[in-house]
Amino acid sequence: MSLRKVAVPAIAMVVVLVLWELLVWVQGWPNYKMASPSDLWPAFWKFRWLFLEYGWQTLWRTVAGLSLAVVFGVGLGMVMGFSRTMRDALYPLLVGFNAIPKATVVPIIALMFVGQHDMNTVLIAFLISFFPIAVSVSIGLSTLEPEYRDILRSLGASKLTIFWKIALPKTLPEFFGALKVAVTLAFIGTNLMEIVEPHGKGLGHLFDSGKISADYPLMFAVLIALAFLGIVLFYVVVFLERIFAGWAEREAT
Amino acid sequence: MGEALIEIKGVTHAYQTATGPLPVLDDLSLVVPEGDFCAVVGPSGCGKSTLTRLIAGLMKPDRGEVWLHGERVTSPRKTVGMAFQNPVLLEWRSILQNVILPLEIVAPSMPRRDRIARAEELLSLVGLDGFEGKRPSELSGGMRQRASLCRAIVHKPDVLIMDEPFGALDAFTREDLWQTMHDLRMKEPFTALLITHDLRESVFLADEVVVLSGRPATAQYVLKVGLPQDRTLDVLYEPRAVDMLHILRDQIRIAQGRAPQEGAA
Ligand SMILES: Nc1ncnc2c1ncn2[C@@H]1O[C@H](COP(=O)(O)OP(=O)(O)OP(=O)(O)O)[C@@H](O)[C@H]1O
Ligand SMILES: [Mg+2]
Repeated sequence: MSLRKVAVPAIAMVVVLVLWELLVWVQGWPNYKMASPSDLWPAFWKFRWLFLEYGWQTLWRTVAGLSLAVVFGVGLGMVMGFSRTMRDALYPLLVGFNAIPKATVVPIIALMFVGQHDMNTVLIAFLISFFPIAVSVSIGLSTLEPEYRDILRSLGASKLTIFWKIALPKTLPEFFGALKVAVTLAFIGTNLMEIVEPHGKGLGHLFDSGKISADYPLMFAVLIALAFLGIVLFYVVVFLERIFAGWAEREAT
Repeated sequence: MGEALIEIKGVTHAYQTATGPLPVLDDLSLVVPEGDFCAVVGPSGCGKSTLTRLIAGLMKPDRGEVWLHGERVTSPRKTVGMAFQNPVLLEWRSILQNVILPLEIVAPSMPRRDRIARAEELLSLVGLDGFEGKRPSELSGGMRQRASLCRAIVHKPDVLIMDEPFGALDAFTREDLWQTMHDLRMKEPFTALLITHDLRESVFLADEVVVLSGRPATAQYVLKVGLPQDRTLDVLYEPRAVDMLHILRDQIRIAQGRAPQEGAA
């Protein structure tokens, strides 16, 4: 990684922070209107252990929900990608399900399994994020040019072999494209549930306690922590994409 | 010339479409002896690609039979190699790994080292040495098609089925590849069935040229080329080749439902 690659985003971030600080200072906004970056550090420091503990909880729940979404989404995508009938049957159902704003599902789930906080959170992260994965895998598989299949089929290869050697790798770029969307969605899902559920844990809960106790710098600090986690998750996916589907990346010319 | 390797006996086939059955092949019969190179020409959409899929066992004909090597074809066989107009190389594999692919299916127990040696041998035969580690996207269209040919014959198939493999290439690259095809055949003889739109290509490469009629297709005319095995492109400018090209062109016009051109002979 070159210096430029690190320096440019770092400088951009510092510039934004300085502008933010200036804006709050020039406007003379009180803390309850808009906290400034210099207020955030004390908030972080005061709750440092909670940030670590809750951050970890938000992280593992998101990853668990996303993992479920990957397993289920890829399975569903395979079923829909290989069978026309299943695609025709499931597609409208899926679209309908996806059209429901997930914010409305959150309280329903929270009431359905009262007290099962971990499960609820993972469940909502899963529900909100499997859709793009399923759709991308099914489209990737169903649009596989027949000739690609025929190179192996003409040698008597089994369906499974064709899947492993051709269909799966060919679908990987689409899959990772969807995973980038899904990871963000799962993260949103986790936080929605953490905020809504009483006596919860996780960064969402910390945000909620900030709200209840009118600790605005804490709320902003949580936002920054969430942004940080979101960035980390996103770049983990980008990193995996480089490893497994790097071939799809064209050299910039 | 050996015994019949590809035998197509009275094959009739129709596709089921939304507007009813579309007859594509009608009582088509064709024999290709072992070691022969057979070119198939015919009007666009007459059913040539369908024929290749039937021979490869990718589809079953409604009526009639396809035989390979004295065995009736009912499903795909490991002894067939295929090449298409689009080279369909796998972008995530290097050129070498692409060529090896059929061996992974046909000869899973073959040692890695032997596979690599086999692929390298073929790649150098078609002039691709030094490109083994490259990705398909780093090669020109002609080079990709060469790699695709290597992949089609890497497992030493009895039959090589090619569906317009040179169709998308420019004229000079195409002629280069005809020569490559010849060289390959001299090195390791195989029986071939080549679908093409290019009459010069058919005369230069084949031992016999089959003209299919318009859809539904049947074998309308068979031309025995009878040129020496070891040909160069110059042969196409000799009178006997020119005569053959004229005959084929007239046959195509008949297949298209038009009258042969006046004064052509
Ligand atoms: N899977 C299919 N379902 C329905 N109709 C098909 C199918 N495949 C081909 N056809 C039709 O069958 C006819 C013959 O197709 P085929 O691809 O065999 O022709 P072709 O001789 O190879 O044509 P070309 O010279 O353009 O490659 C065409 O009219 C085509 O529209
Ligand atoms: Mg065709």
